[in-house]
Amino acid sequence: MSTVTEVPTGKTKRAVIDQAVIRFAGDSGDGMQVTGSQFTNTVALYGNDIATFPDYPAEIRAPAGTVPGVSGFQLNFSSGEVHTPGDSVDVLIAMNPAALKVNVGDLKPNGILIVNADSFKETDLRKAHLTTNPLEDHSLDKFRVFPVELQRLTRASLEHLGLDAKAMDRCKNFFALGMCYWLYNRSMEPTVRWIDDKFKKKPLLVEANKLALKAGYSFCEATEVFQISYEIPPAQLSPGLYRNLSGNQALALGFVTAATKAGVKLFLGSYPITPASDILHELSHYKDFGVLTFQAEDEIAAITSSIGASYAGALGITTTSGPGMALKTEALGLAVMTELPLVICDIQRGGPSTGLPTKTEQADLLQALFGRNSEAPIPVLAAATPADCFWVAVEACRIALKYMVPVIILSDGYLANGAEPWRVPNVDEIPRIPVHFAKNPEGFLPYKRNPETLARPWAIPGTPGLEHRIGGLEKQDVTGNVNYEPLNHENMVRIRAAKIDAIVQDVPNVMPSGDPEGDLLIVSWGSTFGSITQAVHGQREKGRKIGHLHLRYLNPLPANVGDILKRYKRVLVPELNMGQLLWVLRAKYLVNAVGLNKIQGRPFKQVELDQKIEEMLGL
Amino acid sequence: MTTTALPPLTKKDFQTDQEVRWCPGCGDYAILSAVQSVFPELGVPRENFVVVSGIGCSSRFPYYMNTYGFHSIHGRAPAVASGIKIAHPELEVWVATGDGDALAIGGNHTIHMLRRNVGVKVLLFNNRIYGLTKGQYSPTSEFHKVTKSTPYGSPDRPFNPVSLAIGAEATFVARSVDIFQAHLKETLKAAAAHRGSAFVEILQNCNIFNDGAWIGLTEKDARSEHVIQLEHNKPLIFGKNRDKGIRRRADGDIEVVQLGNGISESDLVVHDAHHSRPSYAFLLSHMEGRPGFPTPIGVLRSWDDLPRYEDVINEQVQEIIQKKGAGDLGKLLRAGDTWEVK
Repeated sequence: MSTVTEVPTGKTKRAVIDQAVIRFAGDSGDGMQVTGSQFTNTVALYGNDIATFPDYPAEIRAPAGTVPGVSGFQLNFSSGEVHTPGDSVDVLIAMNPAALKVNVGDLKPNGILIVNADSFKETDLRKAHLTTNPLEDHSLDKFRVFPVELQRLTRASLEHLGLDAKAMDRCKNFFALGMCYWLYNRSMEPTVRWIDDKFKKKPLLVEANKLALKAGYSFCEATEVFQISYEIPPAQLSPGLYRNLSGNQALALGFVTAATKAGVKLFLGSYPITPASDILHELSHYKDFGVLTFQAEDEIAAITSSIGASYAGALGITTTSGPGMALKTEALGLAVMTELPLVICDIQRGGPSTGLPTKTEQADLLQALFGRNSEAPIPVLAAATPADCFWVAVEACRIALKYMVPVIILSDGYLANGAEPWRVPNVDEIPRIPVHFAKNPEGFLPYKRNPETLARPWAIPGTPGLEHRIGGLEKQDVTGNVNYEPLNHENMVRIRAAKIDAIVQDVPNVMPSGDPEGDLLIVSWGSTFGSITQAVHGQREKGRKIGHLHLRYLNPLPANVGDILKRYKRVLVPELNMGQLLWVLRAKYLVNAVGLNKIQGRPFKQVELDQKIEEMLGL
Repeated sequence: MTTTALPPLTKKDFQTDQEVRWCPGCGDYAILSAVQSVFPELGVPRENFVVVSGIGCSSRFPYYMNTYGFHSIHGRAPAVASGIKIAHPELEVWVATGDGDALAIGGNHTIHMLRRNVGVKVLLFNNRIYGLTKGQYSPTSEFHKVTKSTPYGSPDRPFNPVSLAIGAEATFVARSVDIFQAHLKETLKAAAAHRGSAFVEILQNCNIFNDGAWIGLTEKDARSEHVIQLEHNKPLIFGKNRDKGIRRRADGDIEVVQLGNGISESDLVVHDAHHSRPSYAFLLSHMEGRPGFPTPIGVLRSWDDLPRYEDVINEQVQEIIQKKGAGDLGKLLRAGDTWEVK
């Protein structure tokens, strides 16, 4: 809230500010994700730049009112550029004491705290393991606290509808949402439209939710509870048509786009797993694009059916998270051996084993690079932001089809559920992906390669004269016949590696942002892009000579990475793992890079990055 | 327009130039020969055949069939085959698998493919032993069987493959024997004629690690006493002198009866392979473990009224395209709430 211009409007004041962070927190049954998404959609439509961070428990409904059941949704919205959901929040909505307890530590001093005063009874405090009432024990004195009887006020505004108490209480999140719209001078119109559509078969719920929303708004207007409201003007994004997009939605759209551009059928074999399932949900809607979705009996069937579909001429893809990735390992080797196009999405989450299903982590990089028996190199791409997932999906499909290889996409829980504005591309801007099916039996051999890409022909069943056998046993080069000869094996291992290395001809050289040479280079990959970009920006404003190299291609690495590493005195690799890219860079380039590692299931905070950067600069 | 009729396919058209690498005397040779003679008779162009396998002796099958072939990984053939069928429903997809491949490591895929009724034909070569890994017991090995991994006898109770398939509500379930060539070919043809999932258990000898796996059924003298050949609409009769039969009991169970002494053929169960419920076939499939009962071979169940999985999926796509029109990529990308930045 840097530039505050106060404009008197009636008795309350209106301040024009450039940025705010708001967090909705409550029970997992309180509808916080819906509330947050609605607020996000509304400010995005208004034209603010945004970044969101939904943070919810793995349990569908942990015991009500308890700390493990707290679900949160954070939004950073601004008239300027936004790279992260923000470290600390300006406004916190806490629906109960547990939500308050978990989140109040992130509220800025003098920040606005809206609490549901009806849920601070002794039993509520006990469920949150609080011995005193924070509303009375002065622990909240440094904040602007607004205890609002959300339950009572919501019921009062709905009592004439004849709903039972439980149904009325379910609308209290929209009462709170209405208050927030007033606080930030936002129109209720987009949410009203959403309610109309969402509950179109239940007119009573349409009525109830709209009334609760409007009651929240009117409550602020009538009682002047806040004394001040805020206005955040639209951001100066580059011109174009925008929509709000989450990482998983973006992947789904990217796959449909790639298949359309390639003129092949899209086949998704998938087994539900958090946080990847939304890709399956999205793609199952796109039947009008001929998309075939197959919810398999397990992770292994998910990938092997996709391999079967690719063999039969479709573009096979499979989506999962770390534990599912582990199960797919053997089949990944089969895809390497049979040299078929395939795209595998790993939406990383905290691990090992079941780990932290709903929390984010970047600890599957080495698994993606090496997690197979024997020598089985696979191209690996990682998305940087939710909207970037779209382009990474298109690129992964392009590589898979051009080189006849499986390709792994790494995303993570933070990108999957987080959202940002996406400039919708013109369909004609996206290049066609050429695909060639072998047709001519003359001289056909299943492993006779394209000399440039080393790709073998894609000869699909149903083509007369091209009958051939493939499989997991070692092949003789060119003929594809089973072959156990020692020199043939070494030759084939080297060819499969050379084929992946050859992709580097298609990988653009990278340019660091910030200083092209200097004291410190920060190298990153994946979802840390936003927080590092922001930290580098802040540090350079203080005059520090820092460059930032963000890698989209992790295998093969762009050809000039080694050169760039030499241009800086020191190299820092911040990762949400124990140092996996760090390990790769040190091994490959013999560079004395240093890691900054966080393994808490959460993204980096600015202060964490700043501290490490300053430490490395000797400040 | 004139069309030139292609010369009819022969057994030779389905043989490859690859040296067959099964042990001499292996039952797989007989099965390969039967399949190679049945395929040309099915009226399917050769390029539309795909033979998919997992891992094991039986899974080398695709290399010896001059069709499209995919030798996949252990247990996963039904999943690979499902993907092929969904992406390309008009292909004629056959899976060659074994008792370990289909019932141990790949048990999950087998039952799910059958329950979905994917139009794939499964040939399960059952020799009751792990051959390629050299002699461990399999999910169909007998209780107490002594093998390399069970020197004091197997503690496992075996699966009955046809019972398992019927339990998964497979729409076609049959059993034949490697050396009963005529019966095997007829059974394969019946499976080929079935549109939905077809599951054929082929009792097969492993002369190296489990010689005489089915000797109790295959020896000339034993054959007619211990095997009952199921034929649709015919009474359940067996025995060297065709003097024994299967009769329903009042409690719904079945029993073996001696014909004569007032019991005639008309008292026996008449085989109904087309029954829509799987329970009758299940009862038949369970006979062999019971004292005095014969082992059934032939078609236990053949009920083809269920739509194929790949058709359901692809028809759904067509219905949506008819309803909404073919997808417009530009529209899809612009869908939902959008805003313009000038």
